[in-house]
Amino acid sequence: MFAHIVWLVLRKDFTIEVRSLEIAYTTLFFAISCVLVFAFALVQEGRAPEGGAAGILWIAIAFSGTLALGRTFERERQAETLRALLLAPAARPAVYVGKLLGIVVLLLAAELVLVPLVALLFQAALFAHPIWLALILLTGTIGFAAVGTLFAAMLVRARSRDVLLPVLLYPITVPVIIAGVRATGALVAPEFDAGVLRVWLALLVCFDVVFLTLALWTFEPLMTD
Amino acid sequence: MSPSTTLRTGPADFEHLSVDDVSRHFGRRRAVSRITFRADRGVVLGLLGPNGAGKSTLLALLATLLRPSSGTIRYGEHTASTRGAALRAAIGVLGHDLFLYPELTARENLEFFAGLYGLPDRRAAASAALEAAGLAHRGDDPVSSFSRGMRQRVALERALIHRPRLVLLDEPFTGLDDASAAALGRRLHGLRAADAVIILATHDLDLAEGLLDRAVFLREGRMVEAVDRPQDVRATYRKIVS
Repeated sequence: MFAHIVWLVLRKDFTIEVRSLEIAYTTLFFAISCVLVFAFALVQEGRAPEGGAAGILWIAIAFSGTLALGRTFERERQAETLRALLLAPAARPAVYVGKLLGIVVLLLAAELVLVPLVALLFQAALFAHPIWLALILLTGTIGFAAVGTLFAAMLVRARSRDVLLPVLLYPITVPVIIAGVRATGALVAPEFDAGVLRVWLALLVCFDVVFLTLALWTFEPLMTD
Repeated sequence: MSPSTTLRTGPADFEHLSVDDVSRHFGRRRAVSRITFRADRGVVLGLLGPNGAGKSTLLALLATLLRPSSGTIRYGEHTASTRGAALRAAIGVLGHDLFLYPELTARENLEFFAGLYGLPDRRAAASAALEAAGLAHRGDDPVSSFSRGMRQRVALERALIHRPRLVLLDEPFTGLDDASAAALGRRLHGLRAADAVIILATHDLDLAEGLLDRAVFLREGRMVEAVDRPQDVRATYRKIVS
């Protein structure tokens, strides 16, 4: 039943997004603009600053992710459909996981465009080790979205939710973003060191487990009132 | 009796709803204060009062979306804290907002909620609901293309798709023309005949009169009067409004 509810919520979000493409376009446009602005500012005479690519990639993911989180729950607020989800006898953590997976899929789709763009503009060898890259992006995105989905759902009825979401989200997810930047930095370093990469990746997995456990544990009581 | 008016008797089924000295505060603001009443099966109970009287807050409390600051709400022998999800499966809510996704078709909306309520045949449940709403021919159109009255009819069937024992309606006549209001009245009569506990909150007695068996009058979050005979509702309403 849990998996069935997750699938229903995910499929519903996916169907709505395919019809409107509203969040996909907004997120992608914002992320690409962000990377282009940094590229124009930092790439001088065709030379990118060393280690810049990793930072720019994760800034773009974090900023565009915040935008996507806000819009996803704005959609649930407009006709108070989040209330309808909470009124159903379905396990509330399943509703959370369904929303989380929708955000993760959306961000991973945006990263499919972002990564080649960053690699091209900042001359970074991001595709030298594609499996490692995929693992870093997946774990980092899950960690960021796990906290973001919880906060966005909590703030859905707050008047100043657009201001409060980044204020709450960034301090908590700083460890994920730092680990993502350092792991990506290690990936594109001139001398590839799998040991260093493993440490950062292990940290990202730890953050994911902690954030997911806390979110699943607190979602129901936080949403009840 | 049509399938959509046959009530499901699940593990959290109950004969009556009792509200005992219930208050709910938001910070220092008292939204509802010391409310006590009982609603039985096969009876339509009206929650009447002007805007801001606390009707919607009380419905949210009954729907288990809010917890009382004090007092107890009992669904037969159960409470929200003891039966949680099983109890929510026996409650249907038509809110002031319609709880529908405008980008989805009416059928997709109904199938989604049928799935959330664990109905075995979502497609059949959605088709029966569309039939009951009189919108079978528009089932594959997005809800965003519907008039307010049509949306309201879909929203009502969404609230009833799992055949709840307790039906909570918040201003259900909003935006309905005369024909749709009459259809809603017939639907509520059907639910009453099917032994549902029906609680209808409204500030407009003209539309709800004739449907109500009992009424509880609220003002500024307090219960000011309770009427047990339908013929007394109008006179009490006049007295309270004046």
